[in-house]
Amino acid sequence: MTVDLSPIDESLLAEIAGLHGMPKGAFNIRRDGQLVERHNSAFIEISTKTDVPGIDIHIAPGTKGETVYIPVIVTQSGLKDVVYNTFYIGEDCDVKIVAGCGIHNSSHEASEHDGIHSFYLGKNSRVSYVEKHYGEGEGTGERILNPTTNVYMEEGSYCEMEMVQLRGVTSTVRDTNAELAAGSKLVLVEKLLTHDKQTAVSNMKIELKGDDSSVQVISRSVAQDDSVQVFNPLVIGEAACRGHVQCDAIIMGNAKVKAIPGIEAASEDALLVHEAAIGKIAGDQIVKLMTLGLTEEEAEKEILDDFLS
Amino acid sequence: MLELKNLVFEVPNGEGGTKRIIDDLSLTIGDDRFTVITGPNGGGKSTLAKLIMGIEQPTSGQILFDGQDVTNLSITARAKLGIGYGFQQPARFKGMKVKKLLDIAAGRKLPMLACNEYLSKVGLCSASYLTREVDKSLSGGEVKRIEIATILARDPKLAIYDEPEAGIDLWSFDRLTETFRDIHAARDGRSIVIISHQERIIQLADEIVLLRDGKVVDTGTPEQLMPQLGFRLTSPGGCPLSSPTELHLTEIPTTC
Ligand SMILES: Nc1ncnc2c1ncn2[C@@H]1O[C@H](COP(=O)(O)OP(=O)(O)OP(=O)(O)O)[C@@H](O)[C@H]1O
Ligand SMILES: [Mg+2]
Repeated sequence: MTVDLSPIDESLLAEIAGLHGMPKGAFNIRRDGQLVERHNSAFIEISTKTDVPGIDIHIAPGTKGETVYIPVIVTQSGLKDVVYNTFYIGEDCDVKIVAGCGIHNSSHEASEHDGIHSFYLGKNSRVSYVEKHYGEGEGTGERILNPTTNVYMEEGSYCEMEMVQLRGVTSTVRDTNAELAAGSKLVLVEKLLTHDKQTAVSNMKIELKGDDSSVQVISRSVAQDDSVQVFNPLVIGEAACRGHVQCDAIIMGNAKVKAIPGIEAASEDALLVHEAAIGKIAGDQIVKLMTLGLTEEEAEKEILDDFLS
Repeated sequence: MLELKNLVFEVPNGEGGTKRIIDDLSLTIGDDRFTVITGPNGGGKSTLAKLIMGIEQPTSGQILFDGQDVTNLSITARAKLGIGYGFQQPARFKGMKVKKLLDIAAGRKLPMLACNEYLSKVGLCSASYLTREVDKSLSGGEVKRIEIATILARDPKLAIYDEPEAGIDLWSFDRLTETFRDIHAARDGRSIVIISHQERIIQLADEIVLLRDGKVVDTGTPEQLMPQLGFRLTSPGGCPLSSPTELHLTEIPTTC
């Protein structure tokens, strides 16, 4: 292998994409705003954008069972990396996409990565997308991640997205937008843990445009210490569609969580539901685990781990 | 052996005074014993169990377990000494799988076979429960039986089950009484305390403790106490209303 990855690079890649060494099949690894290594497969072609920084990923119609990796790592402080990644997924595909960004900042300067990800899903395609965000480093510099995710779903397509940010990200503003045509289904799972003085804002705008389209948003979050989280999910139903938003948050210490539910039904056949629950870890859960021999701290850890699992 | 000495538990009554829930209660539960605590609703049975487990702290009095004073020990410390409690109203956990809860209870990763055995002992005869989350998707009877299974997996020296029969269907109940009978028959130094209103469970007891108003009002074998508990009679159905009733309508708030 020609590429030179440091131990820090390797551990970041393992953390955000579960990668140990270079993956098989199609991938694109970016470090500090530069391409590290890219590989195409027979059906998946990755090319550099000419107008803005970033890549286009073309997945041929009928591609099944492949995984594309596009992780980004930032180890240089003082860097603001903005990247546009656009996925064109043909009809009748069934693929998995693994993205993610890991920041290692050991200085006092801020490091920032803003990834703008767009997905065009062809008819009857299935996509499973996993995105992990993670920050580390002994420096005082801020670690900032502002991802935008746009999903355009054609008829009968199915997309499941798991977006996870556990620890280390000083500030994040997440924007997620989706448009769903008839018979398409989107499942959005967001898991967030903030601590110290971190802030996280998650905005979502999901437009259900076709009959029988549906969206399910599951947000689970834990806010610890003095961190602040704001959720702003908006689901707009313009057809005979179904939408379900469920926000569950656990607050600890002096943390604050605000959930601003938004549902707009522009069709009398739209069925939209929003549920939000914010609270401390239930005392009866901790007590139960203590009666099974765990200490209070151990009980708390088990409860949080499983809540975000 | 568990010894309770002059246990008192009081709570503020909201008017600046206190209300006594457990009233100078003394009781000894020997090893290898199967004890059933019964008595009217609100008599203090669950409170007593929580005092033994350390979930509530007594106002005064002493709790000894195998001769050691555990009155000021934490829940965790008492659990580690071998006290276990199956809740009347079990907690639910978002995201936690049944398998994980059983592992925590046992203090180690259990083989699948062992898990299935615990589940079948409480009448949950499908391995598919192991991957279910212990959240509100489980029915009341299901969580209740999983709660009991956690105590079976923990296998404490002193196990207290709080109304294990509540909300459980007849078939599972049969299986459960069998399970309790088996544990008792093993006589390997373990004691079982079951808080129950069920004749079939009360019949299994070596000793019945009748608790009312926070006091032990009677103890004895099933033969001695069953008649007085009224099980001998065919149930009269309902309770006799004193007439005139002792209610004063003006005392009933109309604002809620
Ligand atoms: N922390 C508390 N604060 C105020 N009242 C309490 C508290 N704990 C228990 N009580 C009261 O003490 C009494 C005994 O409650 P407990 O739950 O022990 O009864 P029980 O015998 O288990 O009843 P049941 O058969 O209905 O389960 C009840 O009147 C209850 O309302
Ligand atoms: Mg009770």
